[in-house]
Amino acid sequence: MSGSIHARFRVVHDGFQLDVDLQLPGRGVSALFGASGSGKTTCLRAIAGLEHAPGGHLSVNGEVWQDDSRGLFVPVHQRPLGYVFQEASLFPHLSIRRNLEYGMRRVPADERRVSLQHAVDLLGIAPLLDRMPDKLSGGEKQRVAIARALATSPRILLMDEPLAALDLKRKQEILPYLERLHDELEIPLIYVSHAPDEVARLADHLVVLEQGRTIASGPLSETLARLDLPIRLGEDAGVVLEGEIAELDADWHLARVAFAGGSLWVRDSGLPVGRHVRVRILARDISIALEPHADSSILNVLPATVEEMADDTHPALALVKLNADGARLVARITRRSAARLGLRPGRAVWAQIKAVALVG
Amino acid sequence: MHFFRYVFFLFGFLGAGAGAASAEDVQVAVAANFTAPMQAIAAAFEQDTGHKARLAFGSSGKFYAQIRNGAPFQVLLSADDETPARLEREGMAVPGTRFTYAIGRLALWSAQAGAVDARGEVLKQGGYKHVAIANPKLAPYGAAAVEVMQRLGVIEAVRPKLVQGENIAQTHQFVASGNAELGFVALSQVTRDGKLTGGSAWIVPGDLHTPIRQDAVILAAGKGNAAASALMAYLKGEKAKAVIRTYGYDI
Amino acid sequence: MLTDTALSAIWLTLRLATVTTLLLFLIGTPIAWWLARTRCWLKAPVGAMVALPLVLPPTVIGFYLLVVMGPQGSIGQLTQALGLGVLPFTFWGLVVGSVLYSMPFVVQPLQNAFDAIGERPLEVAATLRAGPLDTFFTVVLPLARPGFITAGILGFAHTVGEFGVVLMIGGNIPDKTRVVSVQIYDHVEALEYAQAHWLSAGMLAFSFVVLLLLYVFNPNGRQR
Repeated sequence: MSGSIHARFRVVHDGFQLDVDLQLPGRGVSALFGASGSGKTTCLRAIAGLEHAPGGHLSVNGEVWQDDSRGLFVPVHQRPLGYVFQEASLFPHLSIRRNLEYGMRRVPADERRVSLQHAVDLLGIAPLLDRMPDKLSGGEKQRVAIARALATSPRILLMDEPLAALDLKRKQEILPYLERLHDELEIPLIYVSHAPDEVARLADHLVVLEQGRTIASGPLSETLARLDLPIRLGEDAGVVLEGEIAELDADWHLARVAFAGGSLWVRDSGLPVGRHVRVRILARDISIALEPHADSSILNVLPATVEEMADDTHPALALVKLNADGARLVARITRRSAARLGLRPGRAVWAQIKAVALVG
Repeated sequence: MHFFRYVFFLFGFLGAGAGAASAEDVQVAVAANFTAPMQAIAAAFEQDTGHKARLAFGSSGKFYAQIRNGAPFQVLLSADDETPARLEREGMAVPGTRFTYAIGRLALWSAQAGAVDARGEVLKQGGYKHVAIANPKLAPYGAAAVEVMQRLGVIEAVRPKLVQGENIAQTHQFVASGNAELGFVALSQVTRDGKLTGGSAWIVPGDLHTPIRQDAVILAAGKGNAAASALMAYLKGEKAKAVIRTYGYDI
Repeated sequence: MLTDTALSAIWLTLRLATVTTLLLFLIGTPIAWWLARTRCWLKAPVGAMVALPLVLPPTVIGFYLLVVMGPQGSIGQLTQALGLGVLPFTFWGLVVGSVLYSMPFVVQPLQNAFDAIGERPLEVAATLRAGPLDTFFTVVLPLARPGFITAGILGFAHTVGEFGVVLMIGGNIPDKTRVVSVQIYDHVEALEYAQAHWLSAGMLAFSFVVLLLLYVFNPNGRQR
């Protein structure tokens, strides 16, 4: 196994074009992120083979599924993939159990690695098995759809905005299951989304698409810390740090998350010490000081050096990339403050972090 | 408001042809087999008398049902003698106006040249799959055809091969398209001026079946209509008879 | 009331309608599927061809069938070459005529049902390893069931009510081509109004019951 996914597509139709050449890791979650119309869904459909992008090339962990130079195009139903559509699209004439079995039964017995029971447990849908799809809520349907895709023992799981059609409550209901998939699955998952919070929670690798072209592709933290992308992310610009829970402070209900460049205190959400977590820090929640202020309400203050500076969309604002002992942070401050503090690359500063969100 | 004016105009226009017959007009129901000669006669009739005959063609059974239910026909040229007699009995025709305007002749016909010999022996010899006749229950030509086959003693042999047209026109179509190799059709359908127009035929001698009398009668709606009486008189005249004979009828 | 001839006409009619409906399912389903799925330019012409019997007088269809299936016609030549003889005046000739004549009543409900299913269930099935034929039988057919019920009932009923085509190519042969509608016509023409009434009333009741079933069991069938 070469352990990676290579996808090269050029699709032109109805004034829309997709022109991508992607190299994605063969494990973990890769997010295809972009606004609507950026081509992320088309890209995913092309990977699935639902759309035949002529002149394309696609290999998944060493297996070539499409190579138009050799006239090779494996039809969708012969690709060992799982696909979750935006709407659950359960077969209305089959019970939940029969829906789940539909794909599984079509996989040769010796290729089944995921048992129905495992898929059912993973998505917590055991009580639903004997019901018909029209009796399920939107969130339940989507969990069944995910389990149904998993039950085919796919070698890659593709998800097209599986949460987009759900309200916030349903989203919250499903996200933990998706995180479990992320933690437990050995197969790569490609996840299309336009929601930065979903990406921050789930993705390991981030591809940003704009008007059918790739404008960034790389590991999540690294890509999020790029100063040329926050412009596109707007208010949601920010970084994600990976760490683990190192200490709990029972008196103050806080937990300390230790990562490569230091540690941060976050609200204790009941996770045990040693648990691997992600924290998300938005650029607008970081301010910069030249001295550590002991008399401030801010709990998390990290020493860092200015690595790079760039203009933000609004002329009053600037983006500052900080290196906190290897961990990259991005701060959004006014240009006036930057000038007053005399910020420039190499300058040692203190990053005051007003809010940290534990995202999983 | 202009719209309504246009609509009125349109209806007036469309309705113009459908108005009731004027004193000079006569509505005539004509048996389908008599279509061609009657068109010729009606043209001559209009030229010679100034009256206009408006013709409708169809089967006698259908006309009977329509007349009983108030159809405005003034004269009926039937394909048989039974229907006019029945209408007269039922008081829907003017008594004393009935007469035979044509006597139909039967022909055993094939669309293929040489298939039918001049004496109709082919019927006894076999070698064909279908013989078309008009439905004997409905059409006098069909009843006559059955009679002929009974006289010749072939009816039992032929019966499994019979196919029936609803009327003599459809029977002709079955034979003309070759789907039936043979068929009993009206001589008027296959001759013009005493000559066969195609294929081969045996003209069935008139003494092999009861004469196919086609009778005409003035209907109740035509009582007192000058054009109706004039048409009846015209049909009895030598000029009309000559036309009728050229179409293969006796009279 | 019902004589032996009438009963034999009824039996023949039911046989004809059943055979025709079954054949129409076999022939009409692929046509409807193709019409629902294709983007080929032939879609419009083929759709129009299938719909022709809706607007053509049945006698036109009957007349052309008589000519084309006759000994000199192209289909007639073919059936003769195959050793089948010519089709007019036979039960199977009526079946051919009925299949053509009732085609739109089967194809159009099926096409609507297939259209209503849309692309998505087919894509889902493909991602669940189902090949096209597999998908057709396990997803499309069950989802199109209301369409099949509508198509079957309409095709059957329309064949029972068929008259013009049978009249043109049937030859009115007892037990072979004399169906109920022709029988009624004969009774009316022969002024046998009582027998005509019996059969006509029977047809009326039959048609009503069939349509009633259609609306009771498939209330949304026309929309699907």
